Amino acid sequence: MINHLPILPVLIPSLTGALLLLPVFQRSIQRQRLLSLAATLLTLAVAIALFASSSEATTHYLLGNWEQPFGIVLVADRLSTLLVLLTAVLSCGVVLYASAGTDEDGSFFHSLLQYQLMGIYGAFLTGDMFNLFVFFEILLLASYGLLAHSGGKARIRASVQYVTLNLIGSALFLVALGLMYGTLGTLNITNMAERVALLRDDQLVLLEAALLILIVVFGLKTALVPLHFWLVRSYSAATAPVAALFAIMTKVGIYGFYRVHIGTFGHQPELSDGLIQTLFWLMAAVTMVVAIVGVLGSKNLRTLTANLVVLSVATLMFTVAMGSKEAVSAGLYYLIHSTLVTAALFLLADIIAQERGSAADNFVAARPMRQQTLMGLTFMAVAVTVVGMPPMSGFIGKILILVAAQTGSQQLAAWSFILAGSLAALIGLSRAGTSLLWHTTGIKAPAQTTSVLPIAALMLFVLSAPVMVVLSGPLTNTLALVAEQLVTSTTEVALQ
Amino acid sequence: MEGLYAICVGVLTSCGIYLLLRGRTFPVILGLIMLSYAVNLFLFASGRLTFNMAPILGESEHYTDALPQALVLTAIVIGFATTAFMLVLAIRAYSESGNDHVDGKPADERIHDNSIAADKGGRKA
Repeated sequence: MINHLPILPVLIPSLTGALLLLPVFQRSIQRQRLLSLAATLLTLAVAIALFASSSEATTHYLLGNWEQPFGIVLVADRLSTLLVLLTAVLSCGVVLYASAGTDEDGSFFHSLLQYQLMGIYGAFLTGDMFNLFVFFEILLLASYGLLAHSGGKARIRASVQYVTLNLIGSALFLVALGLMYGTLGTLNITNMAERVALLRDDQLVLLEAALLILIVVFGLKTALVPLHFWLVRSYSAATAPVAALFAIMTKVGIYGFYRVHIGTFGHQPELSDGLIQTLFWLMAAVTMVVAIVGVLGSKNLRTLTANLVVLSVATLMFTVAMGSKEAVSAGLYYLIHSTLVTAALFLLADIIAQERGSAADNFVAARPMRQQTLMGLTFMAVAVTVVGMPPMSGFIGKILILVAAQTGSQQLAAWSFILAGSLAALIGLSRAGTSLLWHTTGIKAPAQTTSVLPIAALMLFVLSAPVMVVLSGPLTNTLALVAEQLVTSTTEVALQ
Repeated sequence: MEGLYAICVGVLTSCGIYLLLRGRTFPVILGLIMLSYAVNLFLFASGRLTFNMAPILGESEHYTDALPQALVLTAIVIGFATTAFMLVLAIRAYSESGNDHVDGKPADERIHDNSIAADKGGRKA
């Protein structure tokens, strides 16, 4: 009996996306919402089962039953299933929030969403470099549509830049793939790690060039300085559920770093990774500085949140730069936390903008919100989580990363930059909170309140923070195993 | 042949990059197309350049690698689709903002904006 679970997270969204285009569903938005939600919940169930099964053994799903290095393969190991599960949880909240009305602003929202999910799941699960490129293209193509969803000058303009940059990124990805195939003679990620030892010196140089190009490719997805210019504009222009879903998109780049630069080529004795390591440290530090400036200079909550995405990416880059088992495990905890909390903040910004009428989410005095207390408390909870103060999950995530810095110079760099980033987040969010919640004019708010669905979606993300704290013991143990599998799989190969 | 091939890839890449740095969307799209041609050629060469060889192992001493050809085919299809999308998006952006500049504003208008801002700053001082 073959275990067919690994293909399901790719199959379910792709079939749903196609089904949603049929006239039966196109005629009624309610049916689209129901089908989309059902598919998302089904994928969530599959993701849970997949994650549970990966803790026993890694499943290699051979498509078309071709032997391992020759055919295309999906690998459901601990890291990939964990991220699939995270995306599935995120997608539930996104579908719920979009079903409250955002999906009616333009056509084909749910279809595009499902294709986007298919691309993300595929990118996490694939065990083949070229397929990583293909799934990147699928998720990007869907994200182009989602970003431009419901139109408008700002969104279209952001889209043009986003699409152009990503097309350049795809071209560079192909160059790197060509170099890798030319030197290693394989595209299977596991097989690549095995073959590094066989390379001559002149081929190793080419491989290092490919790895450096991949830094640009993943750095573009992750929005590292100097490749970050697109992020703030497109994330703050996108509709709230799309921005919340995009919270996982920057993490796909981080996954690429973990999988390729640390997991596959990170612990190879033949590759001197001094240059790459230095680049990682530099990019992390510079990104942090730029993010701090952005956070302090934001004029509305959406831009602030987009800048906080850059800040969280910079924090994660420090774990990539450290590259140790402990750092990856800490980074994964922070990655889960920051994905969910960023999504929460994007949704919250949208609800606040709707409740404040024409003032939207700009930091100016306006009429009080309709649900002032609820929004205030939620904002405080989210802000505390983002900044990394106890008792929320951001605190544990940041502590784990700080502890993972081992040598003196690592500690100096990581501690100073990450703590400076937290301070900037604290200042930025305090300013946002005081101006949004306390600087109110006397005009009375209308009695109509936001409906249940958006609040439910928001709460799903907000409550993930305390849940992550309560479960932090078992969660960190699991993440340590995930990181160990990622880091040691290549060292085992190298020893053989 | 390797030299000629490499020069082709190099010239296409440099033309592509030059066009990518232009301010209007149409040259940028042409640049993307050129760049994708260069990349496709490059990818094709990753299986080594051989003449008149069958993609079959064991038939003769030399053989050609069929995999890069399959990769190039996939890359062409994807590149074609994304370029088509980019064109539609560029037309949409043109109709939304009334000009075909990548950042939505013609260069002279931006200078104009800056000089107005400078004027205001000067008056305040």
